[in-house]
Amino acid sequence: MASGRIWIRGGRVLDPSMGRDEIADVLVEDGKIAAVGAGLGGSGGEVIEAAGAWVVPGFIDLHVHLREPGQEYKEDIASGGRAAVAGGFSAVVCMANTQPVNDDPSVTEYILDRARQESPARVYPVGAATRGLGGEVMTEMVALVDAGCVALSDDGKTIMDSGVMRRVLEYSQLARVAIITHAEDRTLVREGVVNEGPVSTRLGLPGNPSTAEVIHVARDILLAELAGAHLHVAHVSTAGAVDLIRSARERGIHVTAEVTPHHLTLTDEATLGYDTNTKMAPPLRSEKDVRACRAGLADGTIDAIATDHAPHAVHEKDVEFTAAPPGVIGLETAVPVTLDLVRASEIPPLEWVRRLSTNPARIIHRAGGSLAVGAPADVALIDPERRWVYDPAKGFSKSRNSPWAGREMIGCAIATLVGGVLVWDIERGVLLP
Amino acid sequence: MAASSAAPARASAADARVLLDDVAIRRALVRIAHEVVERNETWRDLYLVAIPNGGVPLARIIAAQVREITGLEVPVGILDTTLYRDDLVASGERPPLRRTEMPSAVDDRVVVLVDDVVSTGRTIRAAMDALMDFGRPRSVQLVGLVDRGHRELPIKIDFVGKNVPTQREERVKLRGLQGDLEGPLEVVILDTNGGGA
Amino acid sequence: MTGRDLLGIEDLDRADLELILETAERMQEVGRRDVKKVPTLRGRTLINLFFESSTRTRTSFEIAGKRLSADVVNFTPSSSSLTKAESILDTAMTLDAMDPDAVIVRHKVAGVPKRLADALAAPVINAGDGAHEHPTQALLDCFTVKQEKGRFDGLTVTIIGDITHSRVARSNLYAFTKLGAEVRLAAPPTMLPAGIESLGAKAYTSLREALEGADVVMVLRIQQERLDGCFFPSIREYASTFGIDRAKLRYAKDDVIVMHPGPINRGVEIAHDLADRRPSVILDQVRNGVAVRMAVLYQFAGRSAKREG
Repeated sequence: MASGRIWIRGGRVLDPSMGRDEIADVLVEDGKIAAVGAGLGGSGGEVIEAAGAWVVPGFIDLHVHLREPGQEYKEDIASGGRAAVAGGFSAVVCMANTQPVNDDPSVTEYILDRARQESPARVYPVGAATRGLGGEVMTEMVALVDAGCVALSDDGKTIMDSGVMRRVLEYSQLARVAIITHAEDRTLVREGVVNEGPVSTRLGLPGNPSTAEVIHVARDILLAELAGAHLHVAHVSTAGAVDLIRSARERGIHVTAEVTPHHLTLTDEATLGYDTNTKMAPPLRSEKDVRACRAGLADGTIDAIATDHAPHAVHEKDVEFTAAPPGVIGLETAVPVTLDLVRASEIPPLEWVRRLSTNPARIIHRAGGSLAVGAPADVALIDPERRWVYDPAKGFSKSRNSPWAGREMIGCAIATLVGGVLVWDIERGVLLP
Repeated sequence: MAASSAAPARASAADARVLLDDVAIRRALVRIAHEVVERNETWRDLYLVAIPNGGVPLARIIAAQVREITGLEVPVGILDTTLYRDDLVASGERPPLRRTEMPSAVDDRVVVLVDDVVSTGRTIRAAMDALMDFGRPRSVQLVGLVDRGHRELPIKIDFVGKNVPTQREERVKLRGLQGDLEGPLEVVILDTNGGGA
Repeated sequence: MTGRDLLGIEDLDRADLELILETAERMQEVGRRDVKKVPTLRGRTLINLFFESSTRTRTSFEIAGKRLSADVVNFTPSSSSLTKAESILDTAMTLDAMDPDAVIVRHKVAGVPKRLADALAAPVINAGDGAHEHPTQALLDCFTVKQEKGRFDGLTVTIIGDITHSRVARSNLYAFTKLGAEVRLAAPPTMLPAGIESLGAKAYTSLREALEGADVVMVLRIQQERLDGCFFPSIREYASTFGIDRAKLRYAKDDVIVMHPGPINRGVEIAHDLADRRPSVILDQVRNGVAVRMAVLYQFAGRSAKREG
């Protein structure tokens, strides 16, 4: 927490929490938002000129894999934190499939401790829902949440036993957090690695039918209804799932959902050519699914954009398609990739900001996503027009597995503040406290 | 065995100079057929082997002539040399392969290779390598309708139709081939910008 | 030939296919000579990189290469269960260092030849990758049909078997449709892959309808392990519903020919008495394989990226 003053002058302030979209100055003081308004007079402190930029609440990524503890060669809390702030994220929510699994408060404390020392971004750990992600025995949810977990999930894996999933959802209410589900029926997926359809047939690779996701989304929604719990659906990729979530909300079931930048902009055709940087779980889907996800994001059925940042080492990805681990990094490209929807007029800028900040904050019950006076000064400056070429080798993530390597990007975060401290400045790089 | 010296070339429809028209070609082939028979007492062992595409109609005409002179049916084979070329793989070129048909065995025969235009001699070298893979001829002789010079290998033509001095860049072609039919043949010289083939 | 590599029939157009078939005819004549060798690829090195073992295809390529006077090297990466994932980059770098004139690759996972082709200067020839493509098989199948029927336009080719897992089916589908024939696929519903009709063939679950008036019947091998995957209940039921015998062949044309990429499961997908003589042309297929592979090597080997120009 800094005591300095920072003036952010002349930017377009987009604050979904206040419904604000106007040119204004923002004053940051003592780590909080002190004032927002047009033509704020005043002196003393650092000035950040924001003319031409959007001034938004720091983004919160609901779904990242930081790989620490256990697989620090792919990524760690330090490098992941840097990648985050460079991407405009002041906070990340990290999944529990580490080694050891975050199914015990000691691991949660380790992660938080490392984050305090090494990460410029806030780190909110997700605890495992079952021990060892085994899908059989519940974790000590209350203890995990007390230690600092903001949600619980077996992500990476699915809880296949419906009876166990029911109990997990029921019990989660004691811990008062969401259960994040990686919804897919593994018995339908089998060895499927690409979306089942004409593309998988052409590729000659085993297919993963969209039904595998839709079935489990249906199951989990019904179980959440039965249990009265908060279900959050991770990385929605199918039209069927979007429809189910929409109608569940209409029925008043407490379900929220997220979608990745890649599922909003790439179809299974990206896999023709067998580049393992187009292998994700869930896989890239059909044109119809992508359109449904975009529509679902626009109409609010999908609450949040979350990257599912999944680093893997080069030697792990440079193998035959079926053997490569699924997943791509995304923290440093989320902004330009998803701005596509704003450019296509499918979602207005304020709503885009809401999906990246206000809604995620609400889902994890943490402060954030707001530039109201008194809110923590987590702020990002976005230049929506800046053109740059993405070279993952030059990024902050330790890994390079991105489908957008070498592509021209439009838009990026030019500055990020966490708790009133400037931690990312595009001219100077990551500035560590 | 004297070949007629270069006669003035006359213009043809496309921008190409005709060196030998159909009449001149047939006259030369008749003469060559006589020379082949004269040279080879054992003309019963003759085997005409044409190098496609140009050599084929020429070999057939020679065979017909030999039949007229001797009453003998000389076998005519076709031997594509593409697979024996020395310049293929390095250049990256993959020319289409032509038909090879060798109706008779080659062993102990007097093989008379027939080609339309002989220049560097490399095609003939390739033809001889190909021929050796078919057997062991008693001897190999060469008919070349046109000798345009620029030898790169020590190949000599036993029976020449016409000697035509040319520039290296010029192209000399036998035209008029229509599949298996024999239309009016002509040998033309094309400059490097010349059209037609 | 436009591309440097032969990764699949998908990438070839009708003219390319016809060129290879014509070249194969010339190579067939070489195979009828006493001295079955021409010096065309003398001094060139061909590497057979077979991650998945296959004596027939590898031997066929080896003979083809040797008939063209090339040096053929067999490189069989260790198939130990410890090395599950092959590093494509490592393999490519090791091969490149040997400066081959072509690398012939077979792998049980689709896409490996493509990835190698991206990393190698040498031309890559796909000898079968997962369920994706097996271009030289399709080429020799088309060649066999050309020799038997003399044409492709107006022909009906029926392919029967586990289409989902078959690279032979896919490559043949592309090849025959590009050459002007009509392709039908017949299989139990569990073995017809999603969207297969979008690739240009008609899918049938009734064998009888698929055979009606067919000029060519191509039978695929049914694999035991598909039983474990719950694709069909038993060999017995498969043989009775989709196995080919003389009785079922009566729905096809009188002069139908029967083909099979091998190896055959006698009495399962093909009746015992059908395998060995007319209308089966299975042995001709094998014979034609060498000529076709010689044609492929003629067209593709020795045209490395570095060397051209």
